[in-house]
Amino acid sequence: MSQPSQQDEIMAEEASRRQPAAGVEPVLEAKGLSQGQIVRRRFLGHSGAIAGLLAFGIIFLVAFTSVGYGGIPGWWKYDHEDVSPLLNDGVPTASLWPLAWGEHPFGQDRIGRDLFAMTMRGAQQSITIMLVIGLIAGLIGVVVGALAGYFRGWVEAVLMRLTDMIIIMPVLLLAAVMAQLAGRRDEGSWFASFASSNGVLVLGIFLGLISWVGLARLMRGEFLSLREREFVDAARISGASNARIIFKHILPNAVGVLIVNVTLTMSAAILTETALSYLGVGVQAPDTSLGLLISQNQEAFSTRPWLFWFPGLFIVLICLSINFIGDGLRDAFDPRQKKFNAKKAREAGDSGAETTAGTAFGRARGE
Amino acid sequence: MVTYIVRRLITAALILLGASFLVYLLTAASGDPLQEFRDSSAPNKQQLMDARSELLQLETPAPLRYFKWLGGAVQCLVPFANSCDLGKNLAGQPITDALWHALIQTLTLVTGATVLAILIGITLGIITALRQYSTLDYGVTFMAFLFFSLPIFWVAVLLKEYGAIGFNNFLRNPEIPLPAALGIGAVLGVLTAVAAAGEMRRRLLTGAAVFAFATAVLLYFSATEWFKTPGLGPVVIAVAGVGIAFAVTLLSAGLKNRKALQSALIAVGVGLVLYFVLQPLLNEATFLMIVLLAAASVLVGTGIGYLVGGYDRGQSMRAAALTSFLVGFLILLDRYMQAWPTYFNNSRVRGRPIATIGANTPNIEGDFWILSLDSFTHLILPTMALVLISLAGYTRFTRASMLEIMNMDYIRTARAKGLSERTVVMRHAFRNALIPIATIVAFDIGGLIGGAVITEAVFSVRGMGFLFLDGLEHVDPNPVMGVFLCVAITAMLFNLVADLAYSALDPRVRVKA
Repeated sequence: MSQPSQQDEIMAEEASRRQPAAGVEPVLEAKGLSQGQIVRRRFLGHSGAIAGLLAFGIIFLVAFTSVGYGGIPGWWKYDHEDVSPLLNDGVPTASLWPLAWGEHPFGQDRIGRDLFAMTMRGAQQSITIMLVIGLIAGLIGVVVGALAGYFRGWVEAVLMRLTDMIIIMPVLLLAAVMAQLAGRRDEGSWFASFASSNGVLVLGIFLGLISWVGLARLMRGEFLSLREREFVDAARISGASNARIIFKHILPNAVGVLIVNVTLTMSAAILTETALSYLGVGVQAPDTSLGLLISQNQEAFSTRPWLFWFPGLFIVLICLSINFIGDGLRDAFDPRQKKFNAKKAREAGDSGAETTAGTAFGRARGE
Repeated sequence: MVTYIVRRLITAALILLGASFLVYLLTAASGDPLQEFRDSSAPNKQQLMDARSELLQLETPAPLRYFKWLGGAVQCLVPFANSCDLGKNLAGQPITDALWHALIQTLTLVTGATVLAILIGITLGIITALRQYSTLDYGVTFMAFLFFSLPIFWVAVLLKEYGAIGFNNFLRNPEIPLPAALGIGAVLGVLTAVAAAGEMRRRLLTGAAVFAFATAVLLYFSATEWFKTPGLGPVVIAVAGVGIAFAVTLLSAGLKNRKALQSALIAVGVGLVLYFVLQPLLNEATFLMIVLLAAASVLVGTGIGYLVGGYDRGQSMRAAALTSFLVGFLILLDRYMQAWPTYFNNSRVRGRPIATIGANTPNIEGDFWILSLDSFTHLILPTMALVLISLAGYTRFTRASMLEIMNMDYIRTARAKGLSERTVVMRHAFRNALIPIATIVAFDIGGLIGGAVITEAVFSVRGMGFLFLDGLEHVDPNPVMGVFLCVAITAMLFNLVADLAYSALDPRVRVKA
């Protein structure tokens, strides 16, 4: 059966029992601060994560304000479907020196659509899907993992076998089924009419419904170890209900693992979405997405390379910034993690403590 | 232990049963199998539709069709009965045959890439862990994050453009102008200087040496048109062999062990003699012969180590065996390079060797060397793409695992009792760091055959991913089910192997019986 999680848990646990080494300062700043304040401070002190957050914030703002979203018009003059006459055969007009934006900063495609508008629309779609997947996968993952880890017994057996079953289902197949169902617009079922107006949301929901499995396993592991702790016993003896123990006592202690892994699920989700769109079972034309743009334009690489460069660049930028945010969150949420000072480590001339555990990279990518 | 395995296998079978039922229904629901005929204007449209319905048994409801399929699939469990029946695809080919072909294609594609990614990833992980918070460490960490964020289809198109089309254009007239050679040399020099260890002076010297060497080599290559008629020759093999001998001894036994160094150097000498002796034999090479020669090289090396001996015979044997294997690899490489001009001028290749799609040139003819060169030139781009994106995980994981081990008490003990740093790293730390990596590797191998669907689609390799996508496109459940079965069974099997390997390697972890 697919149960690698056991090792992952063991390794994660072992990794967390590390001792501080050279260059690691004791957390003096933690005095008199709440858990949330400590986490926020640590996160803000992580330069990679802040850079990632800034980059993601800028992309998010530009993508959603430039071409408008959900009927609200944006500040950019073109829409992703507007066709305008080709200027200079569609070569990008943006230049660094002299710094200029121009009429079509990212260029135009063969029939004269503005690539900046299309890329921004694609980024919107990818970010929407990513957030939907994060939300749904997080919710289901927490519920399944918490129930299995807390109640044990037959609940755990059933839920974990279900998880095992879903983990071996091919994502591609589910996406194809979804695309097929959404494509039946003429049949008038509620699903088809919903899907035809919210194609991206449906894709996000579908992908969310299958990408919770890894999270559920991790949460189960967390719950398995936390439910044996003394404070849970204390709560139970004082007459707390199961729901109270789960939500008030155990979940807040597992929230770090949850947030970090939701972030990493989201960065993997972006790549899954673009890959599915690339294969033609994700976002469907006439709507657009970053993966679809690359798939439509890869033949034109030798004549119009910009059509290929910009969407790809945005996929990489979004994914990279999410990964850096996740890395920063992991460091911030690990209570045993001390603030690291590279200079002191070098002065001590010794190997220091590790800042990131290797499980940063889920192995469930769609390559 | 046995109870544990049996229980795991039974659960796996049940999960497989449930999942396959779901997959079958989903595939059947994923589209309209008659779509391509509905849109056609062929006069015999109705006949074609009837024939297709007959072939796919569309009159039977999908759940019943599943049990029919299951009836055939169960026969695969009977050993040696040869009655395995997974149905036929639309072209009438039995799925078992199609799967077999696809499996070979996929395995040739992913095996090399996975081995390379594991080797490079683990090496990088260990180096970055040993030199934590150096410029090299930060660089590799950033690269890991970057590679991990790359969509493979994007990388693939870039590789096709610059790796294949660009390089083929370069091969037409392989001249490297002086500024280009200086530029490449300078970049390599700066990179080495940044990555090298030690004082600023030493780093600058290393960087300058690399710069001079790289530029000289590039200019030499350009002047002699090396890229058109490549080759190593005995001199380069001898020099590289001595280098390998020193490196292998340094890592496996330490340079203080003179006997080990001697046996490694003797292995290089023997390899050089064999280089001349073997040339006529290599002209008649087959795949089996290469494998036998590789085994023989290891045996010869072990023999040399045994004869030289020393206070620790095992170390000498190991050093010599590894050295002779690597020297044998150099000889093989040299023979491939000798075959290169013939391949380059082959009428099918016509001077554009690096291919962008497919698994081999259609209708190519030639001896073993030409045919395997043909496979290599087709494999090189997808392999590079796969290595690039799967490297990151291994690097980060090894680094984390190695750092954790290096902070253990027993490493401090080993240092305290005066062991050399080499022994501490290679014997005490590295071996223990490999335990968690072994399980990751087992898990990844389980995911191999289903893991390259997009890579196969981009590079038009007709492997498992192609079979799956093709079946899905025609709404034909049989190929989809065949691929699903293969992928799911290997994944589950290797998960079990990973769990067992972990408990076998680390006695602190026991499987629950």
